[in-house]
Amino acid sequence: HPHQATQMSNYCLNILVFVTLQQRDPMLKRDCFEDILEERRNSSDLKYALRCYAPVLYKGVTPCKANMLKNIVLQSDQLHYVINQVSQESGEAPDIIQEEASVILEEMAHRLQISTVRCFAFALSKAFKTLFQHVCVNEEGIQRLQQAIQEHPVVLLPSHRSYMDFLLMSYILYTYDLALPVIAAGMDFMGMKFVGEMLRMSGAFFIRRSFGGDKLYWAVFSEYVKTMLRNGFAPIEFFLEGTRSRTCKSLTPKLGLLNIVIEPFFKGEVFDVNLVPVSISYERILEESLYARELLGVPKPKESTSGLLKARRILSEDYGSIHVYFGQPVSVRSLAQGKVNRSTYNLFPRHIPRKPMEETQSFVNDTAYRIVRLQEDNMVLKPWVLMASLLLQNLEGLELSVLTEQTVWLRGLALSYAAFLDWPAPTAKVVSSSLALHRGLACVSGDRVSLVVGEPLGPVTPEEALFNRAVSVLSCASYRNQVLHVFLRPAMLAVAMLHLSDEVYNCFSFLWDMFSNDFILCPGDTVQDFEEACYLLVKTGAVQMPQQDIVMTDIGQPTLSFFNGLLEPFLQGYQVVCRYLCEEASEGLTEKQYIPAVRSFAVKLILAGNLRCYEVLSSDMQKNALAALLRMDAVRKVKNRMISHINQTPISPSLSLVAVAEDLYRDGLTPSYIR
Amino acid sequence: PSLLLLLTLTKLTNCFLFSPRQEIMKWNGWGYSDSKFLFNKKGQAEFTGKRYRLSGMTLPSLQDWFENTFGASVKHKSPPVLNASVVPPPRLNEAFVENLKATGIPFSNEAEDRVFRAHGHCLHEIFALREGKKFERVPDMVVWPNCHNDVVKIVELACKHNVCLIPYGGGTSVTSALECPPEETRCIVSLDTSQMNRILWLDENNLVAHVEAGIIGQDLERLLNESGYCTGHEPDSMEFSSLGGWVATRASGMKKNVYGNIEDLVIHIKAVTPRGVIEKSCQGPRTSTGPDIHHFILGSEGTLGVVTEVTMKIRPIPEYQKYGSVVFPKFEAGVACLREVAKQRCAPASIRLMDNKQFHFGHALKPQVSSIFTHFVEGLKKFYITKLKGFDPHQLVVATLLFEGDRERVLQHEKQVYDIAATFGGLAAGEDNGQRGYLLTFVIAYLRDLGMDYCVVAESFETSVPWDRVLDLCQNVKERIIRECKERGVQFQPLTSCRVTQTYDSGACIYFYFAFNYRGLADPVHTYEQVEHAAREEILANGGSLSHHHGVGKLRKEWMKDSISNVGVGMLKSVKEYVDPENIFGNRNLL
Repeated sequence: HPHQATQMSNYCLNILVFVTLQQRDPMLKRDCFEDILEERRNSSDLKYALRCYAPVLYKGVTPCKANMLKNIVLQSDQLHYVINQVSQESGEAPDIIQEEASVILEEMAHRLQISTVRCFAFALSKAFKTLFQHVCVNEEGIQRLQQAIQEHPVVLLPSHRSYMDFLLMSYILYTYDLALPVIAAGMDFMGMKFVGEMLRMSGAFFIRRSFGGDKLYWAVFSEYVKTMLRNGFAPIEFFLEGTRSRTCKSLTPKLGLLNIVIEPFFKGEVFDVNLVPVSISYERILEESLYARELLGVPKPKESTSGLLKARRILSEDYGSIHVYFGQPVSVRSLAQGKVNRSTYNLFPRHIPRKPMEETQSFVNDTAYRIVRLQEDNMVLKPWVLMASLLLQNLEGLELSVLTEQTVWLRGLALSYAAFLDWPAPTAKVVSSSLALHRGLACVSGDRVSLVVGEPLGPVTPEEALFNRAVSVLSCASYRNQVLHVFLRPAMLAVAMLHLSDEVYNCFSFLWDMFSNDFILCPGDTVQDFEEACYLLVKTGAVQMPQQDIVMTDIGQPTLSFFNGLLEPFLQGYQVVCRYLCEEASEGLTEKQYIPAVRSFAVKLILAGNLRCYEVLSSDMQKNALAALLRMDAVRKVKNRMISHINQTPISPSLSLVAVAEDLYRDGLTPSYIR
Repeated sequence: PSLLLLLTLTKLTNCFLFSPRQEIMKWNGWGYSDSKFLFNKKGQAEFTGKRYRLSGMTLPSLQDWFENTFGASVKHKSPPVLNASVVPPPRLNEAFVENLKATGIPFSNEAEDRVFRAHGHCLHEIFALREGKKFERVPDMVVWPNCHNDVVKIVELACKHNVCLIPYGGGTSVTSALECPPEETRCIVSLDTSQMNRILWLDENNLVAHVEAGIIGQDLERLLNESGYCTGHEPDSMEFSSLGGWVATRASGMKKNVYGNIEDLVIHIKAVTPRGVIEKSCQGPRTSTGPDIHHFILGSEGTLGVVTEVTMKIRPIPEYQKYGSVVFPKFEAGVACLREVAKQRCAPASIRLMDNKQFHFGHALKPQVSSIFTHFVEGLKKFYITKLKGFDPHQLVVATLLFEGDRERVLQHEKQVYDIAATFGGLAAGEDNGQRGYLLTFVIAYLRDLGMDYCVVAESFETSVPWDRVLDLCQNVKERIIRECKERGVQFQPLTSCRVTQTYDSGACIYFYFAFNYRGLADPVHTYEQVEHAAREEILANGGSLSHHHGVGKLRKEWMKDSISNVGVGMLKSVKEYVDPENIFGNRNLL
């Protein structure tokens, strides 16, 4: 009977999705946290900084002096090969190139010294105690890490939200007597003379931000990292996201370093490599308003020691607590099982650099996404994150009692979607303490809670007022963004149902595709994500799936409209970009001009009262929208100039970007605009 | 003198005793019935018999080593079941038997004869024999041709009556090559070449000997020695393996550095196939006549026909032989030294590097020291190496060496090799250590039987790999084995050990030992097979070959396509298709 068959298959589908969810999300069982500051508040920091530090190492290797490491790299076959190659191409003598390599290495290499680490341990203890209430770490994760370090080379992959991240990581590893990592850091730190050297001596090594075609640089760099990995001298740490996320959304992973650390496994130089995702969640981010300004086009202040000193005033504020979750080590060997045939590496000398094969590339890409998702899964979400999501959907403000009530509701929803919430007290208490901690972002006047808009002194132009309002909206959005990964898939489904109820999957898949620069959506996972979304919405009773339909239920109304509101800023942002490209952009628009131009276009719309969405002003969203349009071939780049042809892009026989964009159009913008 | 020699050589055969070897050899273990390891009442290990240097000696440290390495205990015995396994009744092809009788070629369908030729020496085969398990399929009869022409007749009859032939030489296969395909419904005839064991002629002008392919390695060497020659081909199995088997599996000898591997030693091959006899028309030392047809036969593993006669290079017996050994602080240093020796092309007749585990293994086989003085000297040596030179006893490795040639050249050569070793931190460690290293290879299979008496299963496997991957391959394969054992519920730490046994210009041959205590496992052989399978995958993923000299048999067939490409498999198939369209040689090895 066909009807039964569909039911059956729906049922199977649910089970299947549930199983994959559990697989993907081992965190349905999560570890407990331990506050490492507690001991610091009760015993001497000096003693702590000077205590015996004797970490266990990979298979008991003896630690390698920085100089010895450099020699190994400089004498490697890998480097010799490239030196000879470069020498032949450039006509320079190999000695000179070798000298160049040596200089590059000198500029790059870390000089880890335990004395410097002890200084940091002392100073950071003091600073952390002033800045934070708690620094919580899952000790079981630490134990797993310790085990992993002894067995295989370990790569630590923390999320990146703040400059604090890598100091914090080293601090924690020192506290637990684990091997200190060597950390890939951007060259920009080197600008800070003294601090740069201090970081170097605490294990940072520095890489230039871009070295595109520089073969020699790449060879030195990759050999340096691989040597450390192969010999297991120290765990290697780097940020998959490449840079600090200014929006608190996880960024699309960068693959360069991941490729480098995985390759020794493919070449059989190591038995396995363990990737350890680390999720660092801040209750309040130090760089909060700095990021918002940066997104609005106020340039990022150059790293300088004096700048750092000026930043001292942050020491007088309360930044709540930090949660650091060391995830389950991921074995590259197990991941690659059946996906990459290692014997294809047999026919090429291992010391000659080679572009990774397609099979490998897609494996590394998948792995990177998977790790970032694991980071997301283990991010601890504070109540404020939920409150911010609600406040952003009610810019005009909310009754405190309503906010509390909705927070309770949202908490329930988040929990049933396996969010990792930290809820230290009853909700009413938690709400008020969150409001206190984030008083720079939200204020309670009378019974009403609303976003605070910093009022500058003196007369204010409409543009300045708009800018100030945008700063607080974007700051607030950076908290809401932290919960997006929990709700993203069902939210996209909710939007799809609202706009194209008869072609839900096609619409979902369109949204999925369009937003894959903004969110972490693993390539090729559209169907799986759709099933997951269905499963979650059915599970919470928001929709029913009789036969092959997806139908909204009465009790699902609040959930679905919340989800719509959650994604609304993104939909609007993308529409504004489309509109700009269709209406305003001149033929010769360059990438450089693009962001300021879209920004002023949006400012005009807002000032004219035609747009109420401030997030459109975020350069992050503008970049992502453009990248999406380029990827979907709605816009083409011709020698750095953009050519838009949105109108002709077919998405599927019955859908086109235009049609969908029209349908998604609301809030004062008439569909005719885009036509 | 050559005529005389010919006469003495030909009278060897005993036409009435077709299987003298069968009488003196174990039916459910390795080697001679009179030679075996056992733990005596005092708890000391001894090696029985009179055939080997170790025979009749007690080995005081073996028990400790055995118990410590495997977590085994001499109290937990797992002796073989002594009732012979049930043998399925023969499926005879009456017409074939009638015709065969007419030729006068001896044959048998006694159960004992058939089972003896139904297996090689893979772990699962020996384990099954010990446990008295039934073989699904065994040969239905055994024939003993006496010469090339007998083989021609047998093959003709087999084709005429559609009978399956499986050539059988020394029976030392470790690739399931002798296993009868269970799906084979025709009568299976085991063609035992053991009666074709004569040296037909010896040509001192060209230094070649023409030999029947059934001859066993040690007999060939002994007979040649009597006239002052040798082939120098000494695979570890040479006591029992046959010339025809070497050709059919591309065997490799310990002293290949001086004498070459089988493919270098063979000048002319005569083989009988269903299509007829294949041989070349001359004995030129090298020819350019299209692809070398010898290479269709070398490594064909009995799938195309029977090798009946081989002309082989011979050399005068070397004037002087000297063993030697070098101790290195670490395996890495040892490998680097062997690589350098290979680079300078000054490898001695044999050079092997044993890892630390094997070094200790070798030491466990030291016989009881007879005098206090030797004891003292041993202690002094140990003190010198570990204390004065600072070698870590849990890291150090030993290379064993065998030099051959005239005395002066050997000494000169020895110095050159020791000088190279010194640059890698190697210390000369005496002849005795070297000799014991080679001894290990001959008694290792006997030791497996001892292990099986006490719940330990063991096996060896080999590969060849480019120099730059030697270390990584050894390390990764060992780690894979340990991990797989753990995952499959092996409750004791397995022994994984390797040695570099051959050096080439561009790479080396690596030989692994792998053993574990199987107490607590329901099906130890299956577990063992899964682990070995994983180990082979690891070898292939690390740039190792499917086999250096054991061959493919049926054990490694599944990887042939990946190893030699689809076209390669197609080429082999088309040769088989032409030579043996009815699959008379139906052992189903290789493809």
